[in-house]
Amino acid sequence: MMEFRKDLFSNERDDDLNVVGKGVQRQDAPGHVTGRSPFFDDHAFEGLLHLKVVRSPHPHARIRRIDISAAERAPGVKRILRGADVPVNRNTLLSLINFGKDDEPTLAVDKVRYIGEPIVAIIAESEAQALAARALVRLEYEPLPAVFDVEEALKPGAPVINDIYPGNYFEYHEKYDHQKLRFGDVERGFAMADHIVEDRYQMSPIEHAPTETNGSIAAPEQNDRFVVHSCAQGLFFSLGTAAKIVNLDSNRLHFIGGTVGGGFGGKVDSLTEPLSILGAMMTGRPVRYVLDREEEMLYGSPRGAERIYIKDGIARDGRILARQIRSYFDAGAYTRLSSYAAIKCTAHLPGPYTIPNVASDIYVAYTNRCPSTAMRGFGITAVDFALEVHMDKGAEACGLDPMEFRILNAYRDGDMKAHRRVAKNTALIECVQVAAEKARWPISDEARRQSSLTGGGGARAEIPATPIDENGRINRPETRGGRPTQTLPAGTMRIPLTKQPIMEGSTENRPKAPAVPQYEPYRPAAAAPPPPAPAYTPPPPSAPPPAPAPAAAPSASPAPASQHGAHRFSSVFGTRRR
Amino acid sequence: MAKVPVQFRLNGSDRAAFADPADNLLTVLRRGLNDFGPKYGCGQGTCGTCSVLVDGELRLACLTLAASCEGASIETVSGMADGPNLHPLQQAFMEHFAAQCGFCTPGMLTAAKALLARNPNPSRDEIIDGIAGNICRCTGYEPIIAAIESVARGAAAGQRR
Repeated sequence: MMEFRKDLFSNERDDDLNVVGKGVQRQDAPGHVTGRSPFFDDHAFEGLLHLKVVRSPHPHARIRRIDISAAERAPGVKRILRGADVPVNRNTLLSLINFGKDDEPTLAVDKVRYIGEPIVAIIAESEAQALAARALVRLEYEPLPAVFDVEEALKPGAPVINDIYPGNYFEYHEKYDHQKLRFGDVERGFAMADHIVEDRYQMSPIEHAPTETNGSIAAPEQNDRFVVHSCAQGLFFSLGTAAKIVNLDSNRLHFIGGTVGGGFGGKVDSLTEPLSILGAMMTGRPVRYVLDREEEMLYGSPRGAERIYIKDGIARDGRILARQIRSYFDAGAYTRLSSYAAIKCTAHLPGPYTIPNVASDIYVAYTNRCPSTAMRGFGITAVDFALEVHMDKGAEACGLDPMEFRILNAYRDGDMKAHRRVAKNTALIECVQVAAEKARWPISDEARRQSSLTGGGGARAEIPATPIDENGRINRPETRGGRPTQTLPAGTMRIPLTKQPIMEGSTENRPKAPAVPQYEPYRPAAAAPPPPAPAYTPPPPSAPPPAPAPAAAPSASPAPASQHGAHRFSSVFGTRRR
Repeated sequence: MAKVPVQFRLNGSDRAAFADPADNLLTVLRRGLNDFGPKYGCGQGTCGTCSVLVDGELRLACLTLAASCEGASIETVSGMADGPNLHPLQQAFMEHFAAQCGFCTPGMLTAAKALLARNPNPSRDEIIDGIAGNICRCTGYEPIIAAIESVARGAAAGQRR
């Protein structure tokens, strides 16, 4: 059973939780056990029509001809939709928050960019008739060279996959080819390190495989509206997306959902809703579009594959002095949510550790693979796996116990994080202590005495001088490898944004903004200042670890911050603390 | 293709529907008779979420031709409760939090019911074997096993089956 360790941070918490730790019946349980929970497909409609799509057999091809004449005459077929029938046939999911360019058609028109991309939709009286008619659609393709590897896609001369992003990378702020994080000087850190640990991590795409496949039913409703029963995980997100694509005011769509037969992130893409609604608009009848299992497994968007390179510089005593990360997020053929994943990934680096020099470049690359999307911590989960495997390798390199190595490098309240924010509500040390205890993994008394509440701040709270690229930002890919030219002075919190930044390439004739900040010219540091002293020293590798003490609580913490209750772990209140 | 009439007992009531001879039982139950208890998960007999009882025997409705059920007695999760009174397995699934998204639950309950009908006192391994054809993608198998075990041990809400 679950155990609540109320001894941890007990002086920061009011012990007045009246639901956590108790069994409370879920309100949807009676519906689930009686089979009455209303999943999207559990609705009866008179005259229900069924929609099936023709999908691309090619990863990358020009569509030369679409011939639907035979399919149109097939028994039971009511309507056939092509790209030209879709009112707004180009969308990107995050356009609802003005993030990214519309890059994905609902039905492909001139090109297909991944195997399984929908091209034609067939609406018929029965599923069997729709499937039979689907086989009668004649398509002619001109296959194009395909790219399946993120680094290949970013090489000069690689085939352009998504014409909206001709560099095969997502353009942040319509300009930058990756998300960048710079804190301190990793090159200096590596020079001071006794061990350099480098590795490459490659993740696979993962299909969510919900037991309920993606689908929706749309039907004309009274008052010129359409009711939509949807599997969407984000019902209003899906409503907004569908309203844009079918070009209806959102108040003409009545979305019903929230009962989702497993989503795990795979039901945020509105894969079916726009076509169901369009079918109902075109036929005046209810239209059901449900992916079958094969479509779900092959063409339902997966967790994106990530390729991650990590390089750590570690001092002999186990302190990580520098961490450099380069990662490529495989978006597949279209953006969907990958642009957001790279931001999350950058925000998560360098993991829950205090490292004085950090640099990361996170790319979103387009390939001719199925577009990827959200899945359970996407952007974080994979890089965390890589980071923690790398932590074990780092511990091995300097002969330290992996638990001690994590406690040694763990961030503590008051430390400066690589994003120039002060760490608060940290709890890694306590997590490692409890994990060691539960696993009966021996750690030293010294490690067991450590606390997230002490030892942080001071020298660990300082913002180091940070070398940056020309203009303090990223150049275009062909000049990406350039040396730093400027240095952000120690203590620089943020680079002031100007309303009109210096543009390059096609926009370089714009006037130069007067307010672009000028920083110190970059000079490689000769005599580096010593990194902050460790908060504690782990036992030497040769010493036999002492036997584990049973359930040793961390020693009394110093005076806590003045807040109480759930504040320590609340993201709402946590931002106000200190 | 001409439709053919199919008659069977569904959860104790005589029902009839017109079905395409190629229609499977799942389609006829859901779209012909509006019994939305059994679910479509894969259509190829691998996920178990369409599980029903045909003359007391556990069957996958997606792989069963509707026409072959002529005259049979079919039970689905929709008929499991006795009016407002939940079946002990339903009660136990609630008490043990054995439903997460709830999509596999109808099939799980049906498989569990079939198991206990043929083996009222199964071992843990026999319970696992009994639901081995049912996928819970939320991976909540432990509470499901515990719920079935509690009914088998007569512990659910202090009732005996």
